[in-house]
Amino acid sequence: MMGVVVVVFCICLVENMIKTKNLTKIYGNVAALDDINLNIKSGEVTVILGGSGSGKTTLLRLLAGLETPTSGSIMFANEDLAKISQKRLYELRLHVGMLFQYSALLNSLTVYENVAFPLNEHTDLDDTIIHTMVTMKLEQVGLRGFEEMMPSQLSGGMAKRVAFARALAMDPQVVFFDEPTSGLDPISAGVISSLIHETTVKTRMTSVVVTHDVQAGLDIADHVILLWQGRIIAEGEAESVRLSKDPRVQQFIKGEPNGPIPFSRSQTAYIDDLTYKPGCVRLD
Amino acid sequence: MVDFIGKLGRNTLDAMTKLGDATLFALATLRLLFTSPWQGKHFVMQLYAIGVGSLIIIIITGAFTGMVLALQGYHMLVKVGTEALLGPAVALSLIRELGPVLAALMFVGRAGSSITAEIGIMRVTEQMDALEMMAVNPQARVMLTRIIACAIALPLLVGIFDVVGLFAGYLIGVEMLGVNAGVYIGETIDKIALNDVFAGLTKSIYFGLLVGIICTYMGQRATPTTEGVAKATTQAVMLCSVMVLILDYIITSFYL
Ligand SMILES: Nc1ncnc2c1ncn2[C@@H]1O[C@H](COP(=O)(O)OP(=O)(O)O)[C@@H](O)[C@H]1O
Ligand SMILES: [Mg+2]
Repeated sequence: MMGVVVVVFCICLVENMIKTKNLTKIYGNVAALDDINLNIKSGEVTVILGGSGSGKTTLLRLLAGLETPTSGSIMFANEDLAKISQKRLYELRLHVGMLFQYSALLNSLTVYENVAFPLNEHTDLDDTIIHTMVTMKLEQVGLRGFEEMMPSQLSGGMAKRVAFARALAMDPQVVFFDEPTSGLDPISAGVISSLIHETTVKTRMTSVVVTHDVQAGLDIADHVILLWQGRIIAEGEAESVRLSKDPRVQQFIKGEPNGPIPFSRSQTAYIDDLTYKPGCVRLD
Repeated sequence: MVDFIGKLGRNTLDAMTKLGDATLFALATLRLLFTSPWQGKHFVMQLYAIGVGSLIIIIITGAFTGMVLALQGYHMLVKVGTEALLGPAVALSLIRELGPVLAALMFVGRAGSSITAEIGIMRVTEQMDALEMMAVNPQARVMLTRIIACAIALPLLVGIFDVVGLFAGYLIGVEMLGVNAGVYIGETIDKIALNDVFAGLTKSIYFGLLVGIICTYMGQRATPTTEGVAKATTQAVMLCSVMVLILDYIITSFYL
């Protein structure tokens, strides 16, 4: 047992839970994020929309303190992530949940142990109470009865729902969701979406949802941020983004193949690549 | 030629950088022993997994090493009429050299490779990040527990290797080749000093630490892809094996 962790800390009620300033992240010579300034309000669902490769996961990992920015700053509950100690960061994280894109369940532990993990680590609660809490979380995601399964025995969608239960196990004040509904069947996706919405409203939690699922995203969003190639190209309430005049935004929302956002990222002309040039591509 | 020298230089620099990086990693990790929450339960679990997992292979190699030492030694000693010294010959080679080295090499293949692979996979599947987000320091929970478990498991395994090897050597020497049992045991006890046992033990602790550090380091620094992990695992096994032999020479030269 780790002993009692006295929760000396409570994220104070701030209006803006997370603020970034000129946030930039460069990998090699690719700018995954370029000059991001955003404001995530407490008690709201903020949805970050964007195509694949637009920098959504990178943004989420930066906000969660898993990566350090190339430049720019992140204020989390009025504390600068670049300036706080690791101890302080861990204190903050007791109130933060994260759902990873590929679940990231601990694969040496059962479903039950995975959901119970943060509770076992950071609280001194009785096993009976932890049992009740875990059972409730698993019921919420429709996986009661799967307690003894190992992560390797679960489908991608089921693993994601377990990870969802784990992310909410500590009743966090801030939760990051990376593609919470992708890979789920429509019913599970609907349940998860409404869970995010309901939990946020009922517990005044702050949710940051990253997704490429436009409809699901706009449905639960209080605030929408649209990302394209590492930049914010639209921001506001769901309705205002839906009605935006920006052709890029419209193309993305409607999922049209033709428009200002090219489907192919190739820099060369298609006709040039189609023409066979001897010795150009060697198959050895 | 210039190309070759350039490459050599680059590789050397690369290796030095890695070595420095690994040292820093080891120091930072071992420091957590004092600064992070006590990982008792997790450490015991690792000790169990690493130690018990390697037991069978250690017993088998120990037995055959003892047997071949007795067989080989007998045929050499009998030529000069000193087969009475077979006992100490077997025991000394086992306790001082072959026990620690062979057990360490087996340990690398069995436990070391799985440590690198497991850590690499935990990184690929973001389990390390998940721990981090749940305010559990993966370096303390995953790396440190495994390094310490290696440093404790290996000496114990070497002890088992030695005991099994001595017994197997006795069986071959006395029961099969007909050396007098009293002479065999008497000479062994007479010629083996506590110092020899101590030398073997010291070696195995160093080997255990070395294997633990290299294997966790290689897992941690692996390119987080399936190929990256596979490559890192192979490299960890090779690097550990070579380093064990080099370190063995260095330690032996100090103890002689
Ligand atoms: N660890 C990394 N190393 C190099 N490039 C990366 C890394 N992570 C992300 N990228 C690059 O950053 C860009 C954004 O990636 P990501 O945030 O994963 O996008 P999304 O989640 O929106 O699909 C991509 O071009 C990707 O190739
Ligand atoms: Mg992503």
